[in-house]
Amino acid sequence: MGELWVIGEPTPDGGLARISAEVATLAREVGAQGSRQVVGIAIGAAPDAMAGELGRYVPAVRAITEPRAAEHAWSAIAAAQVAGLLGAAGEPPDLVLVGAGPDGRDMAGALSALTGLGVLTSATAVAWTDAGPAVEMAPFGGKLLTTSGFTVGRGIVTVRPNVVTAVPADTAGSVRADDGAASSLPAVRVLDRVSEAGAAAPIEEAKIIVAGGRGVGGPDGFGLVQQLADELDGVVGATRAAVDSGWIAYSQQIGQTGKIVKPELYLALGISGAIQHKVGMQTAGTIVAVNRDPDAPIAEFADLLVVGDLFEVGAALLERLRARPG
Amino acid sequence: MHIVVLVKPVPDPASGGERLGADGRLDRTSAPAVVNGNCEYALEAALKLAAASEESEVTLVSMAPASAPETLRKALAMGATRGIHVTDSALAGSCAVSTARVLAAALRPLTFDLLLAGVDTSDGLGGTVPAGVAAHLGLPLLSYAARIEPDEGARTVRVRRISPTGYDLLEAPMPAVISCTQALGEPRYPSLKGIMAARSKEITTRSLADLKIDPSTVGGAVATTAVLDARTPPPRGATEIVRGDAEEGAARIVDLLAQRRII
Repeated sequence: MGELWVIGEPTPDGGLARISAEVATLAREVGAQGSRQVVGIAIGAAPDAMAGELGRYVPAVRAITEPRAAEHAWSAIAAAQVAGLLGAAGEPPDLVLVGAGPDGRDMAGALSALTGLGVLTSATAVAWTDAGPAVEMAPFGGKLLTTSGFTVGRGIVTVRPNVVTAVPADTAGSVRADDGAASSLPAVRVLDRVSEAGAAAPIEEAKIIVAGGRGVGGPDGFGLVQQLADELDGVVGATRAAVDSGWIAYSQQIGQTGKIVKPELYLALGISGAIQHKVGMQTAGTIVAVNRDPDAPIAEFADLLVVGDLFEVGAALLERLRARPG
Repeated sequence: MHIVVLVKPVPDPASGGERLGADGRLDRTSAPAVVNGNCEYALEAALKLAAASEESEVTLVSMAPASAPETLRKALAMGATRGIHVTDSALAGSCAVSTARVLAAALRPLTFDLLLAGVDTSDGLGGTVPAGVAAHLGLPLLSYAARIEPDEGARTVRVRRISPTGYDLLEAPMPAVISCTQALGEPRYPSLKGIMAARSKEITTRSLADLKIDPSTVGGAVATTAVLDARTPPPRGATEIVRGDAEEGAARIVDLLAQRRII
């Protein structure tokens, strides 16, 4: 039986990144459609925790201990190990799936170069059809939807966050330790991992985003944005104008040169909806905007536009959310 | 210091006109070409690093159709020293595998300290090419850079790599490949002087024959991936517009979120 491989990505403390739990869940669905065995691959200095978590989602996990992963960037090390496994596999997998975040993209690019396997990127859906894997993508900032396949029958897919909800399998999978390969790529030393004040969970993974734009007026205005995000268990986002003004960190920027997000709810406060921002959030499930200007571009793609002062509407909204029972 | 910057022309995302042709490839007549946004941040970082070092040069490398010198010229006007335009009709329809391989072949003869690229491009948002080029060249990849600090004496470079909670401080020997983000700083506008100077700057063309690559091993005919179907996404429903006082607006938001089971 052919295989689908899911490459687990580590959290800083050695656990499994949420995106990998989602990719593993997706792989299980695709595997069921195509009668493929799903195998998780966990690579780290001490991969047992990550491998165990991955095993909650897929029937079999191969854990590879790579001591250098402790103090070196993960992606080059992982790509070399996966290339080694591919070389040793009797029948290589039909798909290698990984998240479309920074680590996954770096790993996929290096793995593609090492193996010659094609790569389809930032998938918004993956299915198994009679013709093999069908990968849906949203190029040009979501202006198009495309379905692509691999001409050679197999390849690498990077998957966007929030494509599926991570659901553990009914039964836990088995974990088996595997021998690592000698690395063929130069490792990059990590001298320090610095946490900055106010840093939140990765915004690409957020189910709810409350975002502020130029209309928020300054760093103090983001206080209300943050309060609303906290009340909704969401994450704060921002437009480039707000980031360029120094009101909030670049890590929270949504749009063309920032993050591409697909939350269930996007609450846009004082955001006009210029194309550069729109391409980062237009696939959100529900878009609610508060803006003084009823003719702002966001009026054309929001589900609900409340015309008014964002501070007045935001404060009233916060009060109502806090007054909810339970 | 010699810094090479990878530059990709992309359809202008602000034009809204991007589409695919019948062959499933980008219809390059559909929207005007501009330098990809994240490539501009890479170029700006390169120009700043070059200004801080003696006898520095910045070389642009672009794999693009024959019409690309226009966008390359704009990037030269920002202050780069010269351009290398990798172009060959056999490259049309190349997949990411061919692209990384051909770029690496064009870079191999060059002697450089740093190779800078944007983390991704606005057309496909793939973001795999910098890592692919680094792997082909056997060079370290320092990705998602928010700050770049070379130490020319020690021949090393440190990069702050953006992480979900802050940043990782990376270090590698030079030469190294660095993928660049907007956090590196706003790109400069070309000055009139820069635009004039760019007219006489050298753009060297490299064909597949120059790179000693067999044309039958790249391009659309041997692409590893293919677009099977392209369509316009279903339009979002009509926008409900609420005017009135703040309480009314807030109440409607809460109703909608409850109705859609978001809260």
